Amino acid sequence: MTSSPVRTYYGTPVLKEPEWTWEVPWYLFVGGLGGASSVMAAVARRAGHDALADRAGLVAAGTAIASPALLIADLGRPSRFLNMLRVFKPTSAMSVGSWILAAYGALATGTGALRVLGWFPGLQRLVEGAAAVLGLPMATYTAVLMADSSIPVWHEARGELPFAFSGSAAASAGAAGILLAAAEDAGPARRLAVAGAAVELGAMQVMEQRLGELAEVYEVGPAGAFDKAAKGCTAAGAALVALGGAGRKGARRLASFAGAGLLLAGSICHRWSVYKAGFQSAADPRYVVKPQRERLDAGRGARPPA
Amino acid sequence: MTPLPLDALLNRDGGPTLAGLDAGVRYGFFTDTSICIGCKACEVACKEWNAVPEARRAFTGNSMDNTGALGANAWRHVAFIEQSRAPQEPGGAGGTGPPQEPGGAGPRQEPVFADLTWFGDEPQALIPDFNGVAAAPDQDFRWLMASDVCKHCTEAACLEVCPTGAIFYTEYRTVVVQDDVCNGCGYCVTACPYGVIERREADGGAWKCTLCYDRMKGGKQPACAMACPTDSIQFGPLDHLRERADARVGELQEAGHPARLYGRDEDDGVSGNGAFFLLLDDPEVYRLPPDPVTPTRNLKAMWTSAGKAAALLAVGVVAAFMGGTSRR
Repeated sequence: MTSSPVRTYYGTPVLKEPEWTWEVPWYLFVGGLGGASSVMAAVARRAGHDALADRAGLVAAGTAIASPALLIADLGRPSRFLNMLRVFKPTSAMSVGSWILAAYGALATGTGALRVLGWFPGLQRLVEGAAAVLGLPMATYTAVLMADSSIPVWHEARGELPFAFSGSAAASAGAAGILLAAAEDAGPARRLAVAGAAVELGAMQVMEQRLGELAEVYEVGPAGAFDKAAKGCTAAGAALVALGGAGRKGARRLASFAGAGLLLAGSICHRWSVYKAGFQSAADPRYVVKPQRERLDAGRGARPPA
Repeated sequence: MTPLPLDALLNRDGGPTLAGLDAGVRYGFFTDTSICIGCKACEVACKEWNAVPEARRAFTGNSMDNTGALGANAWRHVAFIEQSRAPQEPGGAGGTGPPQEPGGAGPRQEPVFADLTWFGDEPQALIPDFNGVAAAPDQDFRWLMASDVCKHCTEAACLEVCPTGAIFYTEYRTVVVQDDVCNGCGYCVTACPYGVIERREADGGAWKCTLCYDRMKGGKQPACAMACPTDSIQFGPLDHLRERADARVGELQEAGHPARLYGRDEDDGVSGNGAFFLLLDDPEVYRLPPDPVTPTRNLKAMWTSAGKAAALLAVGVVAAFMGGTSRR
């Protein structure tokens, strides 16, 4: 924030910092990786890329097992996690998300299990398709989860966060496909990874412009470090993947692998930077008071000017 | 309900609730900070009645405020603000010291020399620095005190985002957490635009003021209002409180005080507060957000954006597989 006077109570925070812990940024990453992998698996199957579809389906099944574990571990009272499913509340992104995760988790793990066991080949395609349909909200609802809050950098980024998250999800799912599928099978995964990286970087750019002074939190502290790492890894990863192309051995294969690893790291750092930025913007009362005071004084407050 | 005489809201008459409370009528607090004396009886009474655990044991150095902030273990919090000059006067600093740069402690002011007489003592030569605000020789000093509490919003963000339904509106239109349903997800904590509700470390659940729901069920006013010796905290049917507040703010403004009401009107970002305040300075001076908005108001825009992002993802994946028969 600039030095224009902001009146605060001894500089103490207006908002509480989120109670969430390390599980949440990992959940954001894992949910995005899984959701986008499910979409990739179903489309790959229909396009005749069975090898890639199988690998992506297993990635999705793995994340569908990890996701609930991460969410439950983050609760203050993990033994009561089922209370999430005693109501369905459209006003609560967490309630909606819990139902998405419950349904998606069953379908994604079901797909993986049926495939591994070789049971009900007809049902496999159906379940795989359903998992892909739910994989789309799985990869993006977490942006609403963050934005539906009073945390300034999350709420004010409500238009751009979903695109940053879906781009990040695509980049990570593509990267996982590159690492797990043979080079000649991974063409679509490479294209998805590079395109996802571009969307993530673009959305973050637009977001930071939209946030204006609030975007400062992405320049300092842990959020700043993660943001720099995310952008660096994602850009370098996309470049290496593009460079590596379909090369099956030697330097080009290495470049593909390194690029995919960097893309995964970039996606993880991206989630951590958004997560940490929320804490930083809540901890400083100026990020809360200043925008509110300015819009009030300009007659643009929630309350119509007298 | 039978209308109560306005004076019946005051403690000297035993409170407004002797005849029992009417379900369906919205009750709340009107906290008139202009007559708060900073005794913290509200904090103590609240802790005592609700068995609220110890909040903190630290010396903040922020005037007489050693409670710090509202939270899981502090459901009433008395703020103390020392001002060297009324803020609307030219050159008046106001607030709690000089504006600070973010990310660091602000500059401390030099100690101010003053010449005050303390209860018949010899005149004092030096008043130590209290966060950059010190008494000036001409007594050009004021001390604001305010007892803060959960606002019991009309559009309560904590309630709207709660995924378990643990937070509910009572028959008195207050906002209460049902502890045996709460699973400690912490979503309410990120949603509250006032930073009130908080997860309690000891049991992992979210806690805040209940407006003494149990006492109300028994026809009694909340403990803090009962204990307040100056009737700075007034409890009663919200429409009565609003009448009282309008009269009071009018009196003060006529007498030249910069009084204003905070959270009284239903056209603000949370559709008004069940617990509202009379303030003598900008809300942010008391650590109240000047323009709070319930985040769920923008939920439609968020889901629309997420829907578009999901569609882009679908299109992107399909496009990645296009490009003819080549698997490369």
